Amino acid sequence: MHTPTNLAAELRLPTNWLDYTILGIYFVVVLGIGFAARRSVRTSLDFFLSGRSLPAWVTGLAFIAANLGATEILGMAANSAQYGVYTTHWYWIGAIPAMVFLGLVMMPFYYGSKVRSVPEFLLLRFDKAAHLLSSVLFAAAAILIAGVNLYALAIVVEALLGWPQWVAIVVAGFFVLAYITLGGLSSAIYNEVLQFFVILAALIPITVLGLRSVGGWGGLTDKLTASRGDDFVTAWGGTGIGSDNPLGANWLTIVLGLGFVLSFGYWTTNFAEVQRALSAKNLSAAQRTPLIAAFPKIFIVFLVMIPGLVAAVLVPKIGTNGSDLQYNDAIPYLMQQLLPNGVLGIAVTGLLAAFMAGMAANVSSFNTVFTADIWAKYVVKDREDSYYVRFGRLITAIGVLASIGTAFLASSFSNIMAYLQTLFSFFNVPMFVVFIIGMFWKRASMKSGFWGLIAGTTAAMVNYFWIYKQGIIDIPSDQGANFVSAIAGFVAGAVVMVAVSLFTAPKPQAELQGLVYGTRSPGMAEPPAEGDDAWYRKPALLGWGAVILAAACYIPFSF
Amino acid sequence: MSDHYSEEDLQKEITELETKSATAARLFDIRRIIGGLFVLYGVIVMIAGFTASDADIEKAEGVNINLWTGLGMLILGLLFLLWLWLRPTPPPPAVPEDEDASSS
Repeated sequence: MHTPTNLAAELRLPTNWLDYTILGIYFVVVLGIGFAARRSVRTSLDFFLSGRSLPAWVTGLAFIAANLGATEILGMAANSAQYGVYTTHWYWIGAIPAMVFLGLVMMPFYYGSKVRSVPEFLLLRFDKAAHLLSSVLFAAAAILIAGVNLYALAIVVEALLGWPQWVAIVVAGFFVLAYITLGGLSSAIYNEVLQFFVILAALIPITVLGLRSVGGWGGLTDKLTASRGDDFVTAWGGTGIGSDNPLGANWLTIVLGLGFVLSFGYWTTNFAEVQRALSAKNLSAAQRTPLIAAFPKIFIVFLVMIPGLVAAVLVPKIGTNGSDLQYNDAIPYLMQQLLPNGVLGIAVTGLLAAFMAGMAANVSSFNTVFTADIWAKYVVKDREDSYYVRFGRLITAIGVLASIGTAFLASSFSNIMAYLQTLFSFFNVPMFVVFIIGMFWKRASMKSGFWGLIAGTTAAMVNYFWIYKQGIIDIPSDQGANFVSAIAGFVAGAVVMVAVSLFTAPKPQAELQGLVYGTRSPGMAEPPAEGDDAWYRKPALLGWGAVILAAACYIPFSF
Repeated sequence: MSDHYSEEDLQKEITELETKSATAARLFDIRRIIGGLFVLYGVIVMIAGFTASDADIEKAEGVNINLWTGLGMLILGLLFLLWLWLRPTPPPPAVPEDEDASSS
């Protein structure tokens, strides 16, 4: 994830009353959803998981919107302006296989075991040490990311609209606080579904007009080939092992590091994503959540990549000393150059919606983990259910205030924040090792989870901060180093888990029902709901369809 | 759930909460909101398109982008309302309703 640090001051948009009307209407609707969802909250399950009752298309679109935050949109457009069509790897190989794996293979265990969160699954499968470690780290990371998101929003809003940074931080923080405290996860998810469509309405006109301004797709690729070389407009060109490319990665580190370890770590164990699927109304809907999300994910890459590529043509020196524009400015620059008032208001609304989506996903998963996994299990146990609803609302407010604080801190110590973010990103990798071994190997012992997490995180950090940053092995770019660190963390976590398992006691067979591949829990036995046996609702068909479609998308960009 | 936290306890707890849950019965249908907002946005942006100045059109590469975006948003909004009309919100499953239990 990139944090835009200094947007050029001349990016100020020519907004007028019409654009602000469109933005104002949106904020009113966002709050309205919060108030309207409030009456559906009766139990803690309603507040934290929407009572496990939402339809698959709603949870599926929320799943994709939770990922489609503004740091993702601006960051991936920046990636494209810098590295070109390589950006597609983050979508086609770096997301689709993992999303399909989550839906087809892992979801029966997650949803069937009725856990409320990802750490809670670790508690059932391993022990309290693994549970507490992952809960605390997840909660801290969620606040940090929400804060960094707010700070990024403040910078963008200051550059585009001229609001002082603190105004943007407080306004956005207040709206997220209000609608999640009122309506819980239902209101977060409903807003995410709405945000998804507003974001599309913002990105499509930018992409279409951007393409038109450089003479269509043909003109775009011709100009980029002339200025940046052939590899810039291909997905795999120049990624042979030992050959040089701007990404600093070869096909092996792309496939293993990004496609396997990093992507599976993010999509299958990041609770901010998985929570959307856990709120679905039955197992079939939960399985379809990431699968429905996979189809828009395949095509969204064009809406972020093309503006980035267009910016690379229109501002050939973007991101270098020869231009005031940073890579992150690609989309704001096109908004300013191409959009008249009206659509401009939609685009500004979409951008703010995307910032709020990114923040709200973190806040709504933070409050669940903090209440259900930390507070109710280790601090104040066995109280009546309404107590935990009240506590959930309180901790939501505290969480938002903490991320507002983080955002203000980030504005004075942005280097420290970037450092912390990298630090936390290394925790996702061993999470995936622990899950995959825990789910597929019955013998993996209770203690192996904790030690696998520790060993994997340590190995990834040692590789990144010592071997790469100190220059012991030469890796050409941060992205390339990220991929290699992920692979190192995965291998170390796996080795330590196996070693610890061989010397410590396994979990009794009876306690593994429904948690390990080849066993079933009572929750998995529920019959499919009426209509779920329709062919277009079959998870296997949807999942394999998405994989084949993503593979087919590579074809025109591979030769 | 003092020291030993088992899957059975969790299954029991969640199943009990599911029977008391009010989301399925009381949560409104999001299709209505998406449909309404996009019809409104579509109309606003289309009006901006009808009254577009030459400068607006020239800025957008000769396309009346407000008109087209507005039309697209209007159609999306109408499709959501049509879907809602064809397949109305399913009636809530029979849950014991006790109005006073609504939490605040």
